[in-house]
Amino acid sequence: MTERTRIKFYQTGTFTVGNRLLGEEDRTVQSRIERTNSLNSGHRACQGCGEALGARYAVDAAMRAAGNRLIAVNATGCLEVFSTPYPESSWKLPWMHSLFGNAPAVATGVAAALRAKGRADVRVLAQGGDGGTVDIGFGCLSGMFERNDDVLYVCYDNEAYMNTGVQRSGSTPPSARTMTTPAVGDHPGNAFRNGKNVPRIAMAHGLSYVATASVADLRDLETKVTKAMGISGSRYIHIHVPCPLGWAHDPSLTIKVARLAVESGLFPLFEAEHGKITGRTLIRRKVPVDRYLELQGRFKHLFGEHPDRASLAAIQAIADQNIMEYRLMEEPVSGGGSVGT
Amino acid sequence: MERKPFAITLNSNSSLANHTGSWRTSKPVYLDRLPPCNHACPAGEDIQGWLYQAEEGKYKEAWEILMRDNPFPALHGRVCYHPCEDACNRGQLDEAVGIHAVERFLGDEAIREGWSVLCGPPTGKKVLVVGAGPSGLSAAYHLARFGHAATIYDAGPKAGGMMRFGIPKYRLPRDILDAEIARIESMGVPIRLNHKVEDLETAIREGGYDAAFLAIGAHLAKRTEIPGRDAGKILDAASFLKSMEDKTPPKVGRRVVVYGGGNTAIDAARSAKRLGAEEAVIVYRRDREHMPAHAFELDEAIEEGVVIHWLRTITRAEESKFTVEVMELDSTGRPKPTGRFEEIDADTVILALGQNVDTGFLRNVSGLVIADDGIIQVNESMMTGCPGVFAGGDMVPSERTVTVATGHGKKAARHIDAYLRGARYEKPPAHPIATFDMLNTWYYTDADRSRQVYLEAIRRRSNFDEVVGGLEPNTALFEARRCLSCGNCFECDTCYGVCPDNAVIKLGPGKRFVFNYDYCKGCGICVQECPCGAIEMVKETK
Repeated sequence: MTERTRIKFYQTGTFTVGNRLLGEEDRTVQSRIERTNSLNSGHRACQGCGEALGARYAVDAAMRAAGNRLIAVNATGCLEVFSTPYPESSWKLPWMHSLFGNAPAVATGVAAALRAKGRADVRVLAQGGDGGTVDIGFGCLSGMFERNDDVLYVCYDNEAYMNTGVQRSGSTPPSARTMTTPAVGDHPGNAFRNGKNVPRIAMAHGLSYVATASVADLRDLETKVTKAMGISGSRYIHIHVPCPLGWAHDPSLTIKVARLAVESGLFPLFEAEHGKITGRTLIRRKVPVDRYLELQGRFKHLFGEHPDRASLAAIQAIADQNIMEYRLMEEPVSGGGSVGT
Repeated sequence: MERKPFAITLNSNSSLANHTGSWRTSKPVYLDRLPPCNHACPAGEDIQGWLYQAEEGKYKEAWEILMRDNPFPALHGRVCYHPCEDACNRGQLDEAVGIHAVERFLGDEAIREGWSVLCGPPTGKKVLVVGAGPSGLSAAYHLARFGHAATIYDAGPKAGGMMRFGIPKYRLPRDILDAEIARIESMGVPIRLNHKVEDLETAIREGGYDAAFLAIGAHLAKRTEIPGRDAGKILDAASFLKSMEDKTPPKVGRRVVVYGGGNTAIDAARSAKRLGAEEAVIVYRRDREHMPAHAFELDEAIEEGVVIHWLRTITRAEESKFTVEVMELDSTGRPKPTGRFEEIDADTVILALGQNVDTGFLRNVSGLVIADDGIIQVNESMMTGCPGVFAGGDMVPSERTVTVATGHGKKAARHIDAYLRGARYEKPPAHPIATFDMLNTWYYTDADRSRQVYLEAIRRRSNFDEVVGGLEPNTALFEARRCLSCGNCFECDTCYGVCPDNAVIKLGPGKRFVFNYDYCKGCGICVQECPCGAIEMVKETK
């Protein structure tokens, strides 16, 4: 499944994880009984953890694409902490824990060692949260990109340092309440600043493949991981993963919140090759950003009796800008899906 | 003991040792809810159940599920007013699933392929069924499936009751009706035609029957007094529609007035038009909103040139003129006379004012309770005041439709079966209804309803050809797959995919899923994301 197939199906199948009526070739990795469950049960992630879900989606798809010959390197962060409290591990593949900031460099080393041993059959995946990727590991990541080492780097973006108690990161959106950006004063929550768009920075390195994905669109996510695994050199996938704890939403709403981020335009889903955007996933049912924000306690201060209309308008403007820039609504398509440019 | 590196004291282990299920305060549980279509079906069909099979192209399996409840799919796919579609949750999303069209497709497939139904092992019990209409035929069919020997008596020359003598051919072609009745006969159910039961008690005693089911329908037309000189022709709609089955069709004048606002009035007006009437006018005392006839039938009639005079009552009849009074509705929707009058030219009037039951043959039966209009009182088991005598269809208090009558037949057969065994039939408790708010409609692909082909209006005016066409196999499959499967798992794998803890175990095709409560943390994502509302959260009690 290197190209996303539009399932011509009239009940479900385009949006559900699977369907009993689908042909073998159209099935998602996650719908299969024999999926690897690379991140196994018993991990200590919170109820409804988006990152645990995103990691299993991505690593299972990579495992399938690599014929189960895959080594993972993991930056410090939630994913590492909840999956491997000594002496237990949830991982069902060779897995290394690096420092917070050097996962890309360690992955470079693993790739080099495999090359030295002549093991072209084994692939390398590095993964981390937005803290380890956007902030602390950013220097190593840029170096890995620049050298074009044969690593797929996956960033699970939950928009703050959740493991250490919800501190702001370079990926925290404006107005979001974190421990370090409390909802107090004239401009509560995180300030409106320049932001740090790592997918665009990765594109600026001329990477052969860069993509964004969401736990709300499994088919899209698996297609992108599979596609990335079919390419060598440095590749980067940035996955939006809600955090019920840090975002203060009900654990049952993890996928709904992620979906609203996509449908509002706040989290655009796109692909880029060699620095150029080559595909984007169209919005199926556009919603105003309020619908996304109002489910989350971290944006609660924008609503209530005296809503912060200026901030809401500014966030809506970001979504509108994304929709225009990535052409997320260009063609009137009812089924959703990926469109090449 | 495992050899461990320096300073390492614990053996490595899998996180499977950590049963995170202990965190949970509530747990997800799979359940089946009652789809609104099934709930609304007067014949008690498992519509979601047979659509599920049809979705896979398993038409025979689908038909077999359908036949558990209703022996006339081809017929109901044509003439049922499909309350299932009014209840269909998809109606709130785009358009209701065309359930009747798929039902008709399955019924036609069965006739074409000659599919049959097996009878149960013979019990040696005999049941007399009076009336070969939908209710009597349905009861006999279900009794045969229980293994009881049912014999049907009917006063008419052909079986079918109102399905033959009330529903015009352009809605129900007679070869379809004949085929579905013949299938019941082929199950060993004799139908004695032109046999009017004159005295029920004698018939039961002489025939050695263990029970009886009465379903003679309501054929006596209600009349109204229209003052004036004897008008050209006054007919009643029931007799008029019945005479359509005669070798020579009845003659109508050039201008026909039908008096009434029910489905029978529409049938009469459309039939008159086909018989050559230049004008067919319906006179009805209330307005469109208050008309008992179904909107789609009214629309089809208007397409064919039938004219409706709303808010009018006939007050006087002359040779070729009728005086009508203009009515107005009060706040409760009741018509009130206004004292303003109009004249309509007409040479024939057909009264479609409803029908009563002819209960003469029940005179001597002890314990029966018969109301003034001939309606027989029955208890919740469909049994009359006389033990062992059951009744259903138009002759008991209910809505008078083919589907309600067919449902009565099934219900009565179940109770008769229990009665014959000296037991009581207990209806299994119904599941809670799957309402629209329980669905996650994001997951359903946008898909507009398939259209059935309609005979052009111009070609309907002079013949009784069927107006509405059937679905092609590919459109029938499409339509079946539009079913949302409300409240019943259809194995979309979504719960299996979205669980962050891999706590859903997929059992394989047809076996659905189970939760692994050792690891389920109770986050509820599966409940939230399940498209069809087949999972609910339950508080942990321990």
